[in-house]
Amino acid sequence: MAGSNPNAKPMNLTLKVWRQPNRQTEGRIVDYQVKGISPDMSFLEMLDVLNEDLLHSGQDPVAFDHDCREGICGSCDLFINGRSHGPEKGTTTCQLHMRKFSDGDTITIEPWRANAFPVNKDLSVDRSAFDRIIQAGGYVSVNTGGAPDGNEIPIPKEIADRAFEAATCIGCGACVAACKNASAMLFVSAKVSQLALLPQGQVEAKTRVENMVAQMDIEGFGACSNIGSCAAECPVGISLENIAILNREFLTAKATSNHLA
Amino acid sequence: MNWFTKTFTSSIGRKIIMSLTGLFLCTFLVVHLIGNLQLFKHDDGVAFNTYSHFMGTNPVIRTIEWGLVLGFGFHIYEALMLTLRNKKARSHGYAQWEAKQNSEWTSRNMGILGSIILVFLIVHLYNFFWRARFGTLDQDINHNDDLYRVVVTSFHQWWYVALYVAAQASLGYHLWHGFRSGFQTLGLNHRKYMPIIKNFGYAFAVIVSAGFASMPLYFLLFTNEQGALTSSAPAVLHQLALAFN
Repeated sequence: MAGSNPNAKPMNLTLKVWRQPNRQTEGRIVDYQVKGISPDMSFLEMLDVLNEDLLHSGQDPVAFDHDCREGICGSCDLFINGRSHGPEKGTTTCQLHMRKFSDGDTITIEPWRANAFPVNKDLSVDRSAFDRIIQAGGYVSVNTGGAPDGNEIPIPKEIADRAFEAATCIGCGACVAACKNASAMLFVSAKVSQLALLPQGQVEAKTRVENMVAQMDIEGFGACSNIGSCAAECPVGISLENIAILNREFLTAKATSNHLA
Repeated sequence: MNWFTKTFTSSIGRKIIMSLTGLFLCTFLVVHLIGNLQLFKHDDGVAFNTYSHFMGTNPVIRTIEWGLVLGFGFHIYEALMLTLRNKKARSHGYAQWEAKQNSEWTSRNMGILGSIILVFLIVHLYNFFWRARFGTLDQDINHNDDLYRVVVTSFHQWWYVALYVAAQASLGYHLWHGFRSGFQTLGLNHRKYMPIIKNFGYAFAVIVSAGFASMPLYFLLFTNEQGALTSSAPAVLHQLALAFN
């Protein structure tokens, strides 16, 4: 395995972890010590070790979000040492390895902070606001009937590639967490432009962008000030160009759609 | 709400107003800077006073002036609305926050920079605009209000010059982010043109802020109380003064 070192010395670390019993109760940072952490462990495996220790000593384990642990589902969501998904660029927390840290380090672990993402418990946050934005317009309607032939609609390779790049967004929320304004513009822009670039997305193009932006505002996300923290922290490298596409789509839709309300 | 107000009270709509007013104010900066270059003319302020008389009395300019008032008004109002919205979007902050690892300082501090510029603007308007428009000034040899005299006197007060230079530094940083940001908000981001827009914006920020800052510094450091170059001023300034008169 690249970068792995079987002789690497196990590490002892101090963790500063946000603990919060439920949505209604205010939480606080609690210090923990973890010992004998292998540099080859992923960050989440290191938290598994912490939770084993907590269980054995009769304490409540730390709740955190995770699922595939392969960097593709977008479930893991930790704010590590002041950065979304930690210090490594282009990585989710599950793909962040402990070799990025040194023996004796203190690591601060916090949940995503945004009013649209309430903390469920400890480090686990509720990102259903993203689901509701998708429900508002992040889809294409497909007619029933015989399945169309593959490649029946000609789409230039370049356009297909750009749409695919936008479609790689895993909806983890790192953009919101890293943004000074807790803005969801990078997420919404990826979801809008992935469909806006393709002919299949044209049918609902105007209602889509109008409804998704309206829902984004209802959920209480901040506005974009083109700072660029979002794109810099995005684990899959969604670019700021998508936000320009979203702005363009929004302005065109507002100016030309038939919705008067 | 109808579609129009709904559009411009949405988060993107407010940003669009920010960018349109911001870029409009950039054009104002260009005109203001070029006009004020006449302060450097070595004619005891005759050209500058003629120009300021024109700007204060020409009906076309006076009409556009209202556009400028609206431009500033909306830019400041939308900034306030957006800032309030953004503050509300994260009421619980982080214990550790390393934004400097992923973004520029100027981009994150547009509100602070804008507020410094606003304070400057109020002082600036009171000292020059208000006195030129509503006050009584001495007349120059062409019987124009001698605004040049007000400029020279003001720019011999060190604290006044310090405020101006600090404000122009803030303006420079504000434009450093604001210029390209305005284009991005309007959706004008294309891989062919964005590098040009960015570099033009950086040059614009430096030239405009340095240009404005050079005026108070020039009078404080190199001229006497009448606005004439002192003998200790660099030789190149004396040569330029000869060349352009």
